[in-house]
Amino acid sequence: MTSLTSTRARIDWSGIAFAVLLTLVIIGPLVVVATWAFTEVWRYPNIIPQKFGFRFWGQTLGRPDVWNALMLSLKLSTVVTLLSALICLPAAYAFARMKFPGRDILFFSFLAGHAFPKFGLLVAIAAIFLQLNLIGTFWGVVLIQLVGTLMFMIWIPVAAFQAVDRRMEEAARDVGASPLRVFWSITLPQAGPTIFAAVLLSFVGTFYETEGAWLIGAPGIRTMPVLMISYINNQMVIQYGAVLSVLLWVPSFIALMFARRVIGGGAFARGFGG
Amino acid sequence: MSVLHIAEVTKTFSGGTHAVNSFSLDVADGELVCLLGPSGSGKSTLLRMVGGFEQPTSGRITIDGEDVTHLPPERRPTGMVFQSHALWTHMNVFKNLAFGLKLRRMPAGEIREKVEAVLELVGLAGYGDRMTNQLSGGQQQRVALARSLVLEPKILLLDEPFASLDQHLRERLREEVRDIQQRLGITTLFVTHGQDEALSMADRIVVMANGKTEQMGRPDVVYRDPKTPFVAGFIGTMNLVEGEVTNGQFTRSDFTFPLPIADGPATLAIRPEALDLTASDTPKATVHRVTDYGSHGLVDLDLADGTRLKSMVAHPDLFRTGQGVDLKPRAVAAYRNNQQIFRS
Repeated sequence: MTSLTSTRARIDWSGIAFAVLLTLVIIGPLVVVATWAFTEVWRYPNIIPQKFGFRFWGQTLGRPDVWNALMLSLKLSTVVTLLSALICLPAAYAFARMKFPGRDILFFSFLAGHAFPKFGLLVAIAAIFLQLNLIGTFWGVVLIQLVGTLMFMIWIPVAAFQAVDRRMEEAARDVGASPLRVFWSITLPQAGPTIFAAVLLSFVGTFYETEGAWLIGAPGIRTMPVLMISYINNQMVIQYGAVLSVLLWVPSFIALMFARRVIGGGAFARGFGG
Repeated sequence: MSVLHIAEVTKTFSGGTHAVNSFSLDVADGELVCLLGPSGSGKSTLLRMVGGFEQPTSGRITIDGEDVTHLPPERRPTGMVFQSHALWTHMNVFKNLAFGLKLRRMPAGEIREKVEAVLELVGLAGYGDRMTNQLSGGQQQRVALARSLVLEPKILLLDEPFASLDQHLRERLREEVRDIQQRLGITTLFVTHGQDEALSMADRIVVMANGKTEQMGRPDVVYRDPKTPFVAGFIGTMNLVEGEVTNGQFTRSDFTFPLPIADGPATLAIRPEALDLTASDTPKATVHRVTDYGSHGLVDLDLADGTRLKSMVAHPDLFRTGQGVDLKPRAVAAYRNNQQIFRS
């Protein structure tokens, strides 16, 4: 009895402190930005805006460059993710399941792009792309963003394929399934949720990728984040940037909600070898 | 009628170690043969070769006269139950069982009938909609068995199927599996390192060591008459005493025993239940510890040179630590150069 009441009465103060701190740090800026997006007049020293409204939404969404950038970003993310899946998933399966000469070096080379300071690497690549006439082109940006997805799309699926119990695959062979059928009916569904997480991460990551898109894509290719940066840098009106940033929450929010439903918490952790 | 024939099968791993070394075995129709041995004895490798998961380096495996040595697992008439049960966790019980039937393009109605019948057989009627992770360890192993049985394999292969279960469940399941196996009359090869499992289930056991057969025969015969010291030590508890024979007398420390064999070194094997203890003025051994199991007792003894022996006694309360006793073996076997040379 006493132990029951004592556990009920004990409050986890350090846990609450962490939760409050995290809330302040994460939610705080989001609230400020969201507030700005719906503000028409907000002058110092008022704590809340004098006038709320949708005027700047209308203005921002009325601009053709915003719509072009949004469509471009969606197209870019889709193409990059599909290409990445096409290249990386078979490679990940090979890394996870097959033995071949140079396997470890190849595996490492896939990740080497992340071992250097990214901007230096981008500038070097930009120099090469300049000679290949890829600067300012759609496919130039696709290529540079592909590099960025390699880590997610190799590492996580490799871990996912390795985590599939070999006995499960053998049991499927035993009941009469061909190797291809085993892959389709057993290996892929077992690794599926984790691989889906990787695809989602790479889509969202590509959507928000800025440095590569800016360095390689400018001036012809302007993705949503690049457009947002130019708004923040060049416009005196804060609201344009705020409205765009609220808009940019939408894909990641949808992705996260979707991910939670489809995957459940364990798959991400498993993908990272947890 | 399904007969398994293994002829001169050898499996050499890269590095040159013989996992299985020129092994031959015939399993008769409806027979349950147990491959028994310590880990590394090659028993699992052998089973996996019969299932098609490993390729023999040389030798032939035939089932009902058909050479299956080089067929992949999906084209062999064998059904394997894995130690880790290896159920497909993304399918429910019904789908786990139906998968193999679907691959055989059986009509849906027939699949349903067959799956329900086999679930009934393993005592899991009505569990078809459960996900596999909602089942207990014993139920999961039953589903794994059903998954193999539903395809009516000619040869059933069991790879330490009860190893992950607790003692109680293991005993119950092996009775059930034995019942099912006998009812269906299915030819079965069973791998285990548990001797009680082998002794209680098998029609015949094959004791393996280093990829070779040490002894093959009916469980009771192998238990009563082990042909090599390895089998003697592996099956059941056995006192193995190394000593010298001179003039028909076996000697180790103070312990002597008449043994009508030629002079030389010998290993004497005595079961604890065949070693009687008596009080004596000239004790040959000292009681080290007495353990009372209720139904019987076990007395640990030390010879003068420290050799440890075990004796099973009906009345453990008659003995206490430090007491001197005389040893009266009722039945012994003697080995020399890994061969049995005497048995009483």
